[in-house]
This record gives sequence, C-alpha cells and structure tokens, in this order.
Amino acid sequence: MAEESILTDDFLHELMNVGEVDLIVGVPTYNDAATIGQIVQAVRAGLVKYFPRQRAVILNADGGSQDNTQELVRAASINDLQPAANPHALRTLHSISARYGGGPTSGRGLYAILGAADLLHCSACAVISADSTNIEPEWIAHLLQPVQEDFDLVTPVYHRHKFDGLLVRNLVYPMTRALYAKQVREPYPSEFAFSGRLATHLFGQEGWVEEAEQDGAKLYLTISAITSGFKLAQALLGSKTRAQNNPPADVVDALREGVGPLFFSLDHYPAWRSNVSSEPVPVLGGQPEVTLEPLRINRKRLYDLFRSGVDELSPLLNSIVSQATLQELQLLASRAEQDFCYCDELWVKTVYEFAASYHRAVLNRDHIIQALAPLYRGRAYTFLAENRDSQGEEVERNVEALCLTFEKFKPYLGDLWDGRR
Amino acid sequence: MWDKFVVELSQATQEIVRSVAQFLPRLLVTLITVVIGGLAAWIIEVICRSILRLVKFDRFSDDAGASQFLRRTALPSSTELLSRFVFWVAWIGFILVGVNVLGIVGLEPHISKLVAYLPRLVAAVCLIFFGLLAASFFSRAALLAAVNAGSPSPKLISSTVRILITVLSVSMAFEELGLAEQTVLIAFGLIFGALLFGLALAFGLGGQELAKRFLEARFAHPTQREHEDELSPL
Repeated sequence: MAEESILTDDFLHELMNVGEVDLIVGVPTYNDAATIGQIVQAVRAGLVKYFPRQRAVILNADGGSQDNTQELVRAASINDLQPAANPHALRTLHSISARYGGGPTSGRGLYAILGAADLLHCSACAVISADSTNIEPEWIAHLLQPVQEDFDLVTPVYHRHKFDGLLVRNLVYPMTRALYAKQVREPYPSEFAFSGRLATHLFGQEGWVEEAEQDGAKLYLTISAITSGFKLAQALLGSKTRAQNNPPADVVDALREGVGPLFFSLDHYPAWRSNVSSEPVPVLGGQPEVTLEPLRINRKRLYDLFRSGVDELSPLLNSIVSQATLQELQLLASRAEQDFCYCDELWVKTVYEFAASYHRAVLNRDHIIQALAPLYRGRAYTFLAENRDSQGEEVERNVEALCLTFEKFKPYLGDLWDGRR
Repeated sequence: MWDKFVVELSQATQEIVRSVAQFLPRLLVTLITVVIGGLAAWIIEVICRSILRLVKFDRFSDDAGASQFLRRTALPSSTELLSRFVFWVAWIGFILVGVNVLGIVGLEPHISKLVAYLPRLVAAVCLIFFGLLAASFFSRAALLAAVNAGSPSPKLISSTVRILITVLSVSMAFEELGLAEQTVLIAFGLIFGALLFGLALAFGLGGQELAKRFLEARFAHPTQREHEDELSPL
C-alpha cells in the first residue's frame, strides 16, 4: 500500500494550513462522537496548562465517521476553555480534523499521525485513544514531558484490576519482554507519546507501511522502537476505564490485534534471536497498583469453550502444535473443572509453537491466530482460578513467574524456528 | 488375358506403393510430432513446475487445506499434480495434431472436436481444483468461527459449508464439460434446496430456543455479552 493512499490530499492540505509545530496530540477516531468532545476538551486543557509557550496542534485522524465526529472536533475552539485555565497562553492552539484514506483501521490512523509528526517537524507527539473517557489534562504532561526531555517512546502504565488485560498479562507482555528484552508493561498502548526522531524513523519504513494496514500497529510501533534502540520510558497515567458505549474487544479481535503483530514481528526483527536478559524500563510518576474490587466472572464458560475448542479443533491443532503438546492439551481437556490447570510451561510451549507455525504459515495465518482463542480461554481460566483470592503483590509475582518461563523457553522457540524440533 | 491380369496387378501394386509412399512421410511426420510434442510438453511441465515453485503454490495449497486432502488420497503435491496435468494436456494436444496429419478419412472431425474440447477439460479441472481449495478454506473458517462463538455444532456447520461449495464446483465443472447438464442442474438444485430447507427447519423448529437467543443477542441487545467478554483482554 502506498503511503499516498493514507495521506490524502485533504489531509496534507489541513497539515499545510497549520505549518510547523512543537507538539502534536493525535486522536484517531471512527464514529466516536459520543466521547470525542470530552477527549478534545481534556487534551486542550492539558496543552494550555502545561505547554503554554509551545506551538501545538490537536490532530483528529478520522477513518470516515458518519456520526459528526469530525464536526465536533472542528467546533471545539480555544474559547471553550475557562479563561482562568491559563492566562499565559501565547500561542495559537490549532484543532484540526482530517480524513485519512484506505478505510478505518487503527493502523492507518496511527500511520497518518506518524506522517503528520514527520511533516510538521514536531519534537513530540502524543496519541490518545478516543475511548479513554477518564482522561485527565495531566496525562498530556505525563506523556509529552519525558519525550521533550530525552525519551523517544513513552508508553503508559495504569492502575488496573487484577483481572483486566488478561491477554496482555498472559501473553503480550511476557512474550514481548522475553523476545525483545525490555520490560514494557503495556506494549499495546492506548495512549503513548513518541519523539519526532522516532516518527521520522518509522514513517515510510517498508515493513511499517505493510503493518499500517493492520489493527495492531501500536504493538508494532513499540517493537520497532525497542529493536531500533530508541530510548524508552513508561508513565503512570492513573486508572484505565473504557467508554460505556464501547464493549470490550472480542477475544478473537484482541488476538488479531495483540498477538498477530507480535508473531509478525518475529519475521522482520531477527533481534529476538539474541540471548539477552530483559531489562527494566523506567516508570515515571509512581508505580502502578493492582486493584482488587470484587468482580463476578463466568469462569465455567471459559472452561467449556476450552474443552470444546480442543475437541473440535484437534485435526487443525495437529498441524500447528507438536504431537506431545497436543496430547497434553487433550489430557487437560479431559480433566474435571476442579483439577484443571493450564500451567505456565505448557502455555509458553503452546504459544511458541503457534509462533513457529505462524512463521512457516502451515495454515492461513489468520486461522492460526483464531485457533489460539480456545487455548487462551483455558489459560485465562487458570489465571482467574489461581488469583481468585490473591492480593496485588501475589498477582504480580505470578505474572513475573510467567515472564521468566517465557524467557527460559526462548531457546525452544529458536529450535522450532530453525526446524530442530 | 494374362497380359491384362499383369497390367492390373502392376497398377494395383503401384497404387499400394504410391499409397504407402504417401502415407509413410505422414506417419514419419506424426511420429516426429509426437516425439517433439513429448519433448515440448516436458519442457512446458518443467517451466510450469518452476513457476509454481517460485510463487510457492504448495504453500498456497497448504494454506487452503488442499495439500491435506491430496495427502489423504495418496496423491502427489499440488505443484507436482498441476505440472503433470499440464504435461499430459500439452502432449495429448500434440498427439492429436500428429494423428490429424495422417489424413485418415472420418477421423478428422472427431480429432477437431477433441482438440476443441481440451480447453473445456482444463477449465473443468481448474474449477474442481479451486473449488476444493475454496471448500477447504471456507469450511475451516466456518469451523473456527463456530468454535469461537461457542456454537453447539461446529463440525456440522463446517461440513455443510464444505459440501455446498464442493457440490457447487463439481456442478460447474460438469456444466463446463457439457455432461448431463440438465440432470446436474436439477440434482444440484434439489440438493442445495433440500440442504437449506433442512437447515432452516432444524434451526427454526429443532432449535427454537437457540434461534431466539441468537436473534436476541444479535439484534435486541447488541451490547449484552457473556461475562467472559466483560474482561478486557487488552
């Protein structure tokens, strides 16, 4: 896909009207009229309060909304703010909305913002998700200030419920950490900031343009920054909640967005083959906490979906995982609910075998990702059962143990990759 | 009398010799055409195999599940199978051209018909091959979607998709070959109609509750999800 198809003439025209800026806050949208007003107000307040002397623009990269999202962004003006918010604002704060080409995917939206950051020569650019309705003006400062100081990519950390972000806790974070040797807690960030240097580096990269078609481009951006040696930091933003009108992502969609790009990256970044221990990434603004509010969850359904999945997909799994792993999965599926335990080692081996099969494309790659869904549900069941009565520290210890198992079994992935197993 | 007999015999012998003299070069040309045709077909086969390997046709075939089907039926790989098919089609084409050179009266119209039929045969084989690929791909997609949605009979859904696409592609192939067009059309219509009618009945009568739940979940409360999905995976 050519980058011209994403950066349309209208998009470039809007950017040219703005001229060079110091800061960009990008908000990719698609039919987000219900939340966009609140997001833009918070972003404006943050920019005026914390960056009064900088040239800044709020850039809404829209995928073709039909619900007046763009009009709402354009309607927002500096007069909407309370005059007392910042009496020292010296610069014009632009708020523009432009439609990128190629249809609505978060990857294209992000690529359009990267292009804008490169073309407007900004020093720092933040990206805010349109469904982060609990955004505070301080988030803008927490994300952009570290970039202005020294860092190239600032990813968020949140106070999250112990059962929130199960795919991130059980696969995306541990595997990214094991492969690329950086302890980034949210490698698939909703909000993040990057430097102009990183934007220029990524914009126009062949692999990136290909990945821009996908929905998991945010994860790919994180991995690109790690493997290219850019300086990383994490910023505590507070609690993460979703907009009420946006239901949580479907498991299969989440796997496509979170796991697909991770497997895809293995082909493009051979850096993962080096045997380096993971190192921490500084967390600015305090440490995240695990919250423990009571939550009613139907674990039985996860267990049932795992069992039926292994039973129905056995011939398919036979092409993806090894015979030994398949036998262990079948044995696991035959166990009663109270004896069920999808342990760390088996889970890690399963994931690595899926990654190797994805690399060899033994089946259609999207089908491989879909076939992981029932197994992920089984792992989620075990995680929920193990941590049902756990305090925050214990949950963190369990996640850390899983991360170490992913690191320990990294040579196993190497062997699978080279066809030695 | 004797002289006349000798003259007739001589004429007959001369005619036979003339006929043989006329036929032998044609036979030679036919044999050369068949041999050169075989060589040309082999070269075409090698080129075809190289191109298919270059575009990783086997991977495409694996991807669509056709390789598994071929392995189960003890057939060679897709690349090998298609290359051999191309070889035989090309060689049979050359053989027919060679036989046509013989000039055997009454055989020419049949040979012309056979030559004209070859492209249709190729099209029919392609239809069946790609039909099987599509059947395998879409039945697997249906199986995965049904399993992940927690449907009660994923294998039934998957098999139905496979049978429908296979029946459709085989019917199209028969139609392309011009074999029993009416019969195939009617048989296809009956099978297709019966299958869909049966599924509609099974869904509406046998699975009233399921149908109700499905429609309610899909249209009445689109945001209502199972508890599992209340946990944000990302």
